[in-house]
Amino acid sequence: MKYVDEYRDGALAREVAERIAREARPQRQYHLMEFCGGHTHALCRYGLMDLLPSNVRMVHGPGCPVCVLPIGRLEQAVALARKPGVILCTFGDMMRVPGKDRVSLMRARAEGANIKMVFGSGDALKLARAHPDRQVVFFAIGFETTTPTTAVAVKAAADAGLSNLSFFVNHVLTPSAIDAILGAPEAKAGRIRVDGFVGPGHVSAITGTAPYERFAREGKKPIVVSGFEPLDMLQSIEMLVRQLNEGRHEVENQYSRAVVREGNAKAQALVAEIFEPRASFEWRGLGTLPDSALQLRARYAAWDAEKKFPDVRYSPVADHRACACGEILKGLKRPTDCAIFGTACTPESPVGSCMVSPEGSCAAYWLYGRRRGAPARGGPRERPQRSGWWRADSVGRGERARTGGGGWATARAARPWRSSSMRSSPPRSTTATSRRGTTRRCSTCPAGAW
Amino acid sequence: MCLALPARVSQLHDDATATVDLGGVRQRVSVALVDGLAVDDFVVVHVGYALSRVDPEEARRTLALLSQAGGEGQP
Repeated sequence: MKYVDEYRDGALAREVAERIAREARPQRQYHLMEFCGGHTHALCRYGLMDLLPSNVRMVHGPGCPVCVLPIGRLEQAVALARKPGVILCTFGDMMRVPGKDRVSLMRARAEGANIKMVFGSGDALKLARAHPDRQVVFFAIGFETTTPTTAVAVKAAADAGLSNLSFFVNHVLTPSAIDAILGAPEAKAGRIRVDGFVGPGHVSAITGTAPYERFAREGKKPIVVSGFEPLDMLQSIEMLVRQLNEGRHEVENQYSRAVVREGNAKAQALVAEIFEPRASFEWRGLGTLPDSALQLRARYAAWDAEKKFPDVRYSPVADHRACACGEILKGLKRPTDCAIFGTACTPESPVGSCMVSPEGSCAAYWLYGRRRGAPARGGPRERPQRSGWWRADSVGRGERARTGGGGWATARAARPWRSSSMRSSPPRSTTATSRRGTTRRCSTCPAGAW
Repeated sequence: MCLALPARVSQLHDDATATVDLGGVRQRVSVALVDGLAVDDFVVVHVGYALSRVDPEEARRTLALLSQAGGEGQP
């Protein structure tokens, strides 16, 4: 595919990684936060963190709208879906996120609620037209990337006078989340360390790069807005390392093929016409933040699900006490620091949102990292050396070399399907061992196992 | 959620939609957020909406910078 394949060249990726290793000063630590969950997945899927020198450390940020949505808001969606005569439309990402008592939208649907997965807000419009006798509610979530697509649908519904469609709006704002990270008490105490940001690419396609300039100017943090392919990520990291070495803190745009400084003016105007800031909004992990989310303007109140169904009110629900999603979203912990990662919490039976969202960092570590260091099939039968980026932050490259575990070469050996061009992706289904010790075999692999 | 992919516009329709081609997969998406598209332009598509146009010149420049050996012509 054009504009995709050329940014996945494995040989070139190694060259860029070598350049980063040459530029990064050995006596210095580089803590770079990739804000966006899509970037976290690119880092894990393509094994990019293995290519980086050990003093360039990636900190995973809160840029996953499914993950940051608190349970209380999901509960409201479940309550809306359970109303008689209501069809709730949602993105597929939300379906399996566990809510209160681990009830997800999927479970509510199994119990009889009318919930439909849709590709986008356009499908909600079609559903409302097809079911004039039903109340269709669109569960609108997302950062600035998705907000204009909801705005288009709200405007179309208002123009057409569609009275059976409403929007449960949960759109959140990127700059507020960056503010929350930089201003967190843990950041002031030095427990969250971020020297620079890999900025979100598709959010910036709408907002432009200008909103980050104050973080560069006042927060003195370099920000490089990045594309989502592996070469994009490596180039952005190289640009950040270079800025830090030169003592600069500027906003740079690596994703210039899709992002301009001013952003998409048409989309911004539409969002401003339809939405206004909410006084406050609760985020999972980051707490209740002022002016951090959007709501429909008063003139669109007839399409606001929260006004149309005023009995469905927000009440905060605490996360599961064993779940570390909140700390992971803040960059305080890595997924593997969570006590229940991969044991009580797996994508099949998730406890926290980060494990089930396609952009969650726990899901990324599970999908692409949980077999790290395991011996390749047919290789020596020895206990897996569990070290490397996915296991512990403190294990640097030198230590990894001494213990003989982890590293790019081992990773490739453990994942025989991975070609050097990085174009293939691992099979989706997995072999899993149940509690009784029987093994279910992978149905897609020719040998029936990994 | 912010997943978006570049797709080629293969046909423009009157109702602010276009058929796009993504590696052989064709889909009708809204182009209400991007003005002045032409057939064969590439757009970044997210949840059924085109968000921005891909600039071929900038794409070429990014690749050129990537393949430059060691640091001359800084991005």
